[in-house]
Amino acid sequence: MLRRTFVTAAASVLVAIGLLSAAEAEDRFITVASTTSTQDSGLFDALLPAFTAKTGIIVKVIAQGTGQALDTARRGDADVVFVHAKAQELKFLEDGFGVKRYPVMYNDFVVVGPKSDPAGIAGGKDVAVALKAIADKKAPFVSRGDKSGTHSAELKLWKAADIDLPAVRGEWYREIGQGMGATLNTANAMAAYTLSDRGTWIAFANKGDLGIVVEGDKKLFNQYGVMLVNPAKFSTVKAEDGQAFIDWLVSPEGQSAIAAYRIDGQQLFFPNANDPNA
Amino acid sequence: MQQDAIPISSILSLLTGDGGNFLGIILLSLQVTITAVTCAGLVGLPLGAGLALVRFPGRTVIIVLVNTMMGFPPVVAGLAIFLLLSRSGPLGDLGLLFTPKAMMIAQFVLVLPIIVALTRQTIEDLWTEYQDHMTSLGAGRLRSIPTLLWDARFSLVTTLLAGLGRASAEVGAILIVGGNIAGFTRTMTTSIALETSKGDLPLAMALGVVLMSLTLVINSLAFGISRVGARFSGKS
Repeated sequence: MLRRTFVTAAASVLVAIGLLSAAEAEDRFITVASTTSTQDSGLFDALLPAFTAKTGIIVKVIAQGTGQALDTARRGDADVVFVHAKAQELKFLEDGFGVKRYPVMYNDFVVVGPKSDPAGIAGGKDVAVALKAIADKKAPFVSRGDKSGTHSAELKLWKAADIDLPAVRGEWYREIGQGMGATLNTANAMAAYTLSDRGTWIAFANKGDLGIVVEGDKKLFNQYGVMLVNPAKFSTVKAEDGQAFIDWLVSPEGQSAIAAYRIDGQQLFFPNANDPNA
Repeated sequence: MQQDAIPISSILSLLTGDGGNFLGIILLSLQVTITAVTCAGLVGLPLGAGLALVRFPGRTVIIVLVNTMMGFPPVVAGLAIFLLLSRSGPLGDLGLLFTPKAMMIAQFVLVLPIIVALTRQTIEDLWTEYQDHMTSLGAGRLRSIPTLLWDARFSLVTTLLAGLGRASAEVGAILIVGGNIAGFTRTMTTSIALETSKGDLPLAMALGVVLMSLTLVINSLAFGISRVGARFSGKS
């Protein structure tokens, strides 16, 4: 009797291992560390099948904040990074972890807030004025607080508005340390303002009482770049297939696929691989 | 915006339409969880029984440690395994990070203490009942382990189910070591986390209901099987 249980147990382990190896009988793939905004906006779901169909290379995307994505790449756990914080990207290159940075596309940030608009900034075009009003009125503001691209952009905007955040921040400024979607959920629940990239905002399904209050300021510009992780640092980097993905993203085909991605007729990302200064 | 009801139609369209995807997520969840719990059971049941019966110095300390490990925060376990399996970590050459195997390892680590601790308690209780009988048969503590495990098998099913519950409900560790990659390491719980972050709360809730239903089915099966087994062996 006892022996039978062991036989059964051993058999189930074998079956499990069998299932496992079947699941891993995948061939060519690359790992891309990217941002929550590209995933939460649904862009990758639209782009990747076309690339895979053309090249046979499967793309595995790990969606993290820009800071964490760059860190994943620094440990050699990704082949390509696709993020949006130029200063951090240039630092990554300078430290020798990346080969070359390619601009891919841009969208813009928007300030979203509740209908009640306690800071009275709705309809504004100047993000500095809006942030000043939020800080003056101590209106609730939710910050990503996760070293993501959006978080660094937010910190830069406070600075550009001449606001000394460490000095003025109080209970109204809530750092939650989470991704874009979770931050929007929180802002909705707290009737607070927050900064979002437009792509995630358009795709976001739980807007509730939130709406765009400030947009169109050129300081709200949000550039995405892509880099191959340096194979000289990590021999495990799949340089050829990773570069193939980058080449495709910046090719006319990849660029038009990005431009074609729309939700409710709205274009979420604008390709600009041809702009060397981006 | 409609927000109240759980969208039955969207669950159905997930299951049928683009369903290969969704079915894959369910299968992966089951595969990861069941493998982890099976392995943890194979290691944990004998280990727990041994801990119940064999006397050695430091035994009490180990029991307290194992009991403490039942409360090991999944996110800490996940981080530790992430650092081990990362290309820059000691086991980086295995290339296991962001694979289903990494998720199985994480769940194994989380489930093992639960199985060891609960098995120890069960077997220790049973031993007080069996001690005289076993000694009169000339069986020492070590040699009694298989007999005790066998006789406690119906109680131990609950132990395994406790482990299974921990594994199937877990999200913190597998999110870190698996990476929630679509089609490869995306499970029920990480999908729920993702849909929540996309703001699709009804869909996230619907996935939660599907997960709970699966757990209900597994638990019902386990309960039924052990009931039938108990009846046949005259232990009901």
